[in-house]
Amino acid sequence: MSAAKRTVTPMDRRRFLQDTARGVAGCALAGMGLGWMATSQVRALPAQALRPPGALPEEDFLAACIRCGLCVRDCPYDTLSLAELGVDAPATGTPFFTARDVPCEMCDDIPCVVACPTGALDHGLDRIDDARMGVAVLIDQERCLNALGLRCDVCYRVCPIIDEAITLEQSHNARSGHHAIFMPTVHADKCTGCGKCEKSCVLPGEAAIKVLPHRIALAEAAEHYKLGWEENNPLVDELIDLPDRLPGPGTDNLSSPGGFEPAFKLPGGSGQ
Amino acid sequence: MSSIKTRSPVGTEAIAVKGWIMAHRFLILRRVSQAFFLSLFLIGPWFGLWWVKGNLSGSMTLGILPLTDPFITLQSLVAGHWPELTALIGALIVGVTYALIGGRVYCAWVCPINPVTDAAHWLHEKLGMPKGWQPKPRTRYYMLGMVLAVSAATGTIAWEIVNPISMLHRGLIFGMGFAWAFVLGVFVMDFVLARRGWCGHLCPVGAFYGLLGSKSLLRVTADKRAACDDCMDCFAVCPEMHVITPALRGADDDTPLILSPDCTNCGRCIDVCSVDVFRFTHRFDKTPSPGRVRTPSSTSAQKANKAA
Repeated sequence: MSAAKRTVTPMDRRRFLQDTARGVAGCALAGMGLGWMATSQVRALPAQALRPPGALPEEDFLAACIRCGLCVRDCPYDTLSLAELGVDAPATGTPFFTARDVPCEMCDDIPCVVACPTGALDHGLDRIDDARMGVAVLIDQERCLNALGLRCDVCYRVCPIIDEAITLEQSHNARSGHHAIFMPTVHADKCTGCGKCEKSCVLPGEAAIKVLPHRIALAEAAEHYKLGWEENNPLVDELIDLPDRLPGPGTDNLSSPGGFEPAFKLPGGSGQ
Repeated sequence: MSSIKTRSPVGTEAIAVKGWIMAHRFLILRRVSQAFFLSLFLIGPWFGLWWVKGNLSGSMTLGILPLTDPFITLQSLVAGHWPELTALIGALIVGVTYALIGGRVYCAWVCPINPVTDAAHWLHEKLGMPKGWQPKPRTRYYMLGMVLAVSAATGTIAWEIVNPISMLHRGLIFGMGFAWAFVLGVFVMDFVLARRGWCGHLCPVGAFYGLLGSKSLLRVTADKRAACDDCMDCFAVCPEMHVITPALRGADDDTPLILSPDCTNCGRCIDVCSVDVFRFTHRFDKTPSPGRVRTPSSTSAQKANKAA
């Protein structure tokens, strides 16, 4: 800046270092604030806000989404919108939808994913049935009409993957004693989280069936429990081969013929 | 010291000599350009003409031309995401364009925050406010480094959480919410706290574009600097006044080109100069440009500028 060339004095050096320290310290403080906001945004995505099909997991999504809104523009059903600061809870400017308001119509050509320039919506998603925006959960079983024994069935009927993502499971109606309950039952391996069930639930206000993010809706399978009807249990079937004990002589099965002879008999007893 | 000329309102002489239009032509062109780039994005949501979709962060024009903000793309990269080719091509197109015409052309001719901070500056000067907090010139680069560090550390596109440019531009196109608070914050800062505080000292987007265009072809030259009459109007209108000094006050063998990456190519110095010292040219312009004849008044003006 200064046109004239001067010799550097210790005072110049001192001032330069002080100025640098002030600038760096100020920016570092601002950076801490920004970092705090960035990390809290990752956790701030509320359960009711769903990302578009193919959205990366939230931590990766916020590294990839440039908040351009091209997915919003190419959604033919105006399902998506960009979050507004102080109005919507997701990170400001990122796309989301609320199933109870407008669900995802599950277009075959997935235009929102095609429009995404960055891959925040994964371009590897080519079948909409493979989308996993969330998973429907019949969350209020005390008010769901089907759970009360009535035949509403609306969530089941509107499901784009009817009889796979939602089935009606029949059971005995213990209240009336002679009717059936047709329980809407979601199968997470098929549910895309499109939210059509939540949208069309006939209850006023909140729906009895809601699409929730996987992180809330799904538990983690316990690795140490083996479901014997689905797979062999190597501990039992292969490693330990215990002798088969059948009723017969030499066993302690008192109730079987030819079993162990008791040490004494009660007087008048007729044996077995 | 200050002459009658330096005390008269900025541009008075230029208006008298060249007429109002010519003394404001780059300002007018700039406002037209800002309105044009904003309206490109607004005719979609307002009139259903979807020539341009998206916003300044990323857009698609006529279905074939992808444009992406290279600074946002860089943050995405350091955050650990490798974008799809569309975004990379878009960032390349935007990046190469600004590298050629001057990175901070974005700030002066496109950025929607520029009218806001210009308005704040106008009010600031109108009310004769003290210049207030003036961070050192390097601060914007510290901000730039900080943004990239936070992006890398948190794995997010960090600046987009608070960027007032996106807040305003996206807000106008997609819905504002309370994003106006960020815009108001920048306005109040520039108006009350720090003259030219945001665009001129802190904004990391401007710092990035400045670096991007540091070797740009399009430049302002002060090659008629010998005609300068020390009215100081160019310093008064320049949003980055330190960029003028080396060119205007240079000796015969110093280049008259304004080569600082901070120059926004806004052209206001060309507008307000009544003796037409400045003009747009390219960085390889070798027009001989003798320095000014040193007079006692010019050295004192130089000192005054250094103090400012």
